[in-house]
Amino acid sequence: MNPSKTLIYDGSFNGFLTTVFVAFEERIEVMDIQRNTQGQNGLFSETETVFTNVEKAKRVWNGIRNTSHNAITNVYFAFLSETDGIELMLYTYIQKLMATKGPKQMDYSDGIVLRISQLARSVGREKHRMEAFVRFQLTKDDIYFANIEPDFDVLPLISKHFRSRYADQQWLIYDVKRKYGIYYNLEHVELISLNLKEVHFNKIHKSDAFLNEEYDYQTLWNDYFKSTNIKSRINRKLHTQHVPKRYWKYLSEKKETA
Amino acid sequence: MDFNRIQEKLNVLADAAKYDVSCASSGSDRANKDKGLGNASKMGICHSYTEDGRCVSLLKILLTNHCIFDCAYCVTRKSNDVKRAAFKIQEVVDLTINFYRRNYIEGLFLSSGIFKNADYTMERLIAVAKKLRLEENFNGYIHLKSIPDASDELMYEAGLYADRLSVNIEIPTISGLKLLAPDKKHEDFTKPMLKVKNELIRFKNEHKVIKSTPKYAPAGQSTQMIVGATGETDKDIMYSATYYYKQYNMKRVYYSGYVPVAEDNRLPSIGSQVPMLRENRLYQTDWLLRFYGFAVNELLNNDHPNLDIDVDPKLSWALRNMHHFPVDVNHADKRMLARIPGMGMRSVEKILNARRFRKLNWDHLKKIGVALNRAKYFMICDSRNWERKDLDAEKIKGMILQQSTGKFRNQYSTQLSLFN
Repeated sequence: MNPSKTLIYDGSFNGFLTTVFVAFEERIEVMDIQRNTQGQNGLFSETETVFTNVEKAKRVWNGIRNTSHNAITNVYFAFLSETDGIELMLYTYIQKLMATKGPKQMDYSDGIVLRISQLARSVGREKHRMEAFVRFQLTKDDIYFANIEPDFDVLPLISKHFRSRYADQQWLIYDVKRKYGIYYNLEHVELISLNLKEVHFNKIHKSDAFLNEEYDYQTLWNDYFKSTNIKSRINRKLHTQHVPKRYWKYLSEKKETA
Repeated sequence: MDFNRIQEKLNVLADAAKYDVSCASSGSDRANKDKGLGNASKMGICHSYTEDGRCVSLLKILLTNHCIFDCAYCVTRKSNDVKRAAFKIQEVVDLTINFYRRNYIEGLFLSSGIFKNADYTMERLIAVAKKLRLEENFNGYIHLKSIPDASDELMYEAGLYADRLSVNIEIPTISGLKLLAPDKKHEDFTKPMLKVKNELIRFKNEHKVIKSTPKYAPAGQSTQMIVGATGETDKDIMYSATYYYKQYNMKRVYYSGYVPVAEDNRLPSIGSQVPMLRENRLYQTDWLLRFYGFAVNELLNNDHPNLDIDVDPKLSWALRNMHHFPVDVNHADKRMLARIPGMGMRSVEKILNARRFRKLNWDHLKKIGVALNRAKYFMICDSRNWERKDLDAEKIKGMILQQSTGKFRNQYSTQLSLFN
């Protein structure tokens, strides 16, 4: 029997897929899969560092996709949830997926399958929320700028949506928590990191990075938000359920309350 | 931009438009054309929610709140003394584009009071949509209101630029309409609906042969009914909703609890409570009809003209039809699974998948997300413990109510409160 090992990878999704490839190919008894920043060695297990190889990653990606479209989405989305121990769970999930023959049905009575699909669902929900809650502010450089602070690392998932929607304007969405952003320069989207001095909340105090016209439109939007509310139907609980408080500071219509 | 003028107009005309409940931006998959602005998201996006918990997806405004009609239920009726305003076409276009670019909205929902006549008003609405589409290359979502009695030619043109068209029937019964909106005829409402329906069918057929047939209202049409203004029963409402779904291929029928906006002896007085719970029960019924395979006469008929207020319509149906239960979760077909109270369509799909692997027990069902507090009385699974034993409908209802809470409970509870 092969000794059990802890595999270390670089934290990227391709790195993870490469790890899966290596584990399958070398028939490694996987004890755990960790990112190189974690560095929690098990006392009695060997560790092996896996170097990311895009070719190998692609083969795993295609392998999963060919068995089930649903599964590849689940794997990618659940990976982006950055949950503790997600790598090992996903590894088990992929093993199960590859072991079953015939048409792929999801066994939701299996704990891991259910958990992965629930995690993927949470990430999907966060992606959808970010597509809704991004609030661009027009800077003096004619760039529509937004900062966000999502629960999960959803920037890679929302890039396509914004690219195909705002094809004729430059925009930049910056993840304050993970310190990187995506910038669209009218041609394509690129990853950037900024030395952001201040986070541009939609605060009442104004920043000179933005045009005056920008604040006029924010005022109009706030007014609209207020006048479209029907007072006799007030339901604050439902309101906060739909717009959780942690997002408020970035929403200009909630700026007075946040 | 004259900021103050626009601000004032926006406040008046957004306020007047808010009683239209539809804010859906789903159902259209218009793509971004030639690197222009916007596209439509098939599932729709709610960009914010008002404090009453309703989705804000579109910039919902009236072009004007001047109106020649005097419908009793309407806040902009001729005889009401409110501030009037009107947008210029360019102003609406600018607002829409600028809100859209900042990712505030999915698009525009444009309605209007009726000035001069139906066709004149409809023309102006179309002009806004046309300008957005042709001059600004705007591909976001546009919902236009069909003005009752607008001509067929205009309804055809409207569908070329809009994603969704809707005309609000408002009063579910013809007698109610006569009472509250004496200037309008029932046929005025159905005429544009019929035209839109026929155009949708024509588009579908032509599109099969010629792929380049211009899109016609890809998100279909919808309508809205006011609930609780004229003393109609739930049966009246749901039967007419079913009629509109079938007869005019409606995508949606909306139910809007009447918010008293005027003192009028034909209507509930100002300050009376908005029937929100009733509205909720109607939506639940609507969903049962559209997604759960129920027929309207199973839920509402002459013996049961109104929905139960204290329990949801599916549970209420199940309690009246105990002979169908308990259902065996591991063997029953999809149709029966969907009829178990507390079971949603997502759970049904998961169960159908999961039970190929093993027999499901209470633990599995709980993890899958079935609302067992209701469902457990109506099903058996791979377990020797099951709840129903020899309980009758009344007892089950009592136990479910006892073990649950509801935010509307105080409105209908018969239990006297001690300190009042």
